[in-house]
Amino acid sequence: MSLDRTDVDKIAHLARLQIEEQDAPEYAQNLSNILDLVNQMQAVDTTDVLPMAHPLDAAQRLRSDNVTEDNQRELLQSVAPAVENGLFLVPKVIE
Amino acid sequence: MEWEAVIGLEIHAQLATKSKIFSGASTAFGAEPNTQACAVDLALPGTLPVFNEEALRMAVKFGLAVDAEIGRKSVFDRKNYFYPDLPKGYQTSQLFHPIVGIGHIDITLEDGTTKRIGVTRAHLEEDAGKSLHDEFPGMTGIDLNRAGTPLLEIVSEPDMRSAEEAVAYVRKIHSLVTSLGICDGNMSEGSFRCDCNVSVRPKGQEEYGTRTETKNINSFRFIEKAIVGEIERQIDLIEDGGRVIQATRLYDADKNETRSMRSKEEANDYRYFPCPDLLPIVIDDEYIENIRNTLPELPDARKARFTEEYKLSEYDAMVLSADHNMATYFEIIVETAKDAKLAANWVMGELSKLLNQHDLDITNSPVNAEQLGGLLLRIKDDTISGKIAKQVFEVMWSEGGNADEIIESKGLKQVTDSGAIEQIVDEVIANNSPQVEQYVNAEPDKRGKMIGFFMGQVMKASQGKANPGQVQGILKQKLDALVS
Repeated sequence: MSLDRTDVDKIAHLARLQIEEQDAPEYAQNLSNILDLVNQMQAVDTTDVLPMAHPLDAAQRLRSDNVTEDNQRELLQSVAPAVENGLFLVPKVIE
Repeated sequence: MEWEAVIGLEIHAQLATKSKIFSGASTAFGAEPNTQACAVDLALPGTLPVFNEEALRMAVKFGLAVDAEIGRKSVFDRKNYFYPDLPKGYQTSQLFHPIVGIGHIDITLEDGTTKRIGVTRAHLEEDAGKSLHDEFPGMTGIDLNRAGTPLLEIVSEPDMRSAEEAVAYVRKIHSLVTSLGICDGNMSEGSFRCDCNVSVRPKGQEEYGTRTETKNINSFRFIEKAIVGEIERQIDLIEDGGRVIQATRLYDADKNETRSMRSKEEANDYRYFPCPDLLPIVIDDEYIENIRNTLPELPDARKARFTEEYKLSEYDAMVLSADHNMATYFEIIVETAKDAKLAANWVMGELSKLLNQHDLDITNSPVNAEQLGGLLLRIKDDTISGKIAKQVFEVMWSEGGNADEIIESKGLKQVTDSGAIEQIVDEVIANNSPQVEQYVNAEPDKRGKMIGFFMGQVMKASQGKANPGQVQGILKQKLDALVS
């Protein structure tokens, strides 16, 4: 199975990754190799095997419903590039 | 051509937990921006989610209430998309193994018929933050207080055929989640919101038409308007030779129309996969049965009890039990005033009228159930008449206070002293001799009606405070004494 240039562009766009024009063929090749490996595994008979949700054979532990986090806005916003009136500012996302 | 609408709904109910679904930050509404967003909610590197047991319990409660299959092993998946109010770059949700599987509810329509609506599934997920687009030129402000608030997304089958059915379904789900105590149901604060999927097809056709989705509607009235408008728009479009394009639309309440939302480009490719940060949620029969045993009375049972215990009509019982908070309010009044019919009339009459006029929900009513109960008690014991009670109620509504204080301070207490009433009656008789003469000369069977005039005069003279029953008796006695 091989991915072409358009597939690579689409995947990159969905992941919001900027890729260099000249690197695209190599990405296409590498990603195709991964799919080939998966295809190879398809040969294994998995009729009675349930799909795995997690590699650890354990169940989720639960937390009791208590508020344990204080307001740390000042600290947490000290690493933000732009803040105003307590809000994080980002470049406008709609027109 | 005759058309048929097909409607399916997705309801997002914020679960009423104290803390978030994966972190210990508070979920309280209305805090200063970003004061309830901790490192986990901000997706800072190295943080990991820990699942809130109360969110699980609430979701299971809902599943049991809609008679659904409960997932013994449910799994969180990542729904990947990029938006600034979703710091992780994915929403933790459940696609492949939701906590609640196929269930159903029965809705009752205006004409009294019932219809079963399928609930496809309900799954747990986290809410996103809020984006404020208008406050800063060229920038968007992000408040992440809401990020990580637990949501139960309740997905219906495309079983509804009209806006009326859709609204009945939403009301029923609203009533269920509030009765269960798993959601406060506050639509204006966004605790309960609805996405409507609407398509139309020629009546009799099997295949569905192309559907549009109208997102995030947060009032019953707008749900109805948005669906009615969208059905019309689609039919007009097709009849004019066009075709419906699958799209996400936004409801504009001011213009009462839906319009196309700028499509998030390729946003529909969410590339779901199981979340490696969270293990599967495993529950057993004992866990489920324990929850089943703690389920409160649900709306249908409450309605049945209202007709049985309080002897309310089917209609009254339906209206009063439809909203959990309304039903509870009603029962507190009954408890105080010991008169279910009177309580029903007041809740559905005066109270609902003022709530509607002021566009208020019962939980925001300026008059609480104890106050209203106290007022009805004074009607019951003849301290005031029903008419004066409306005056007291209006004062209560605008100025607060309890019935006894208002009756006292405004001097509205009913006059039951027969001496005082007799005096007024005598005055009225003396001042209205032409009418008295007519009364005396009238046929005996006409007099009953004519007494109404004197009643009116006496009540007016007493400023509505005379006890109507007593006035009637004394009037009749005195007038009839003049006849012979």
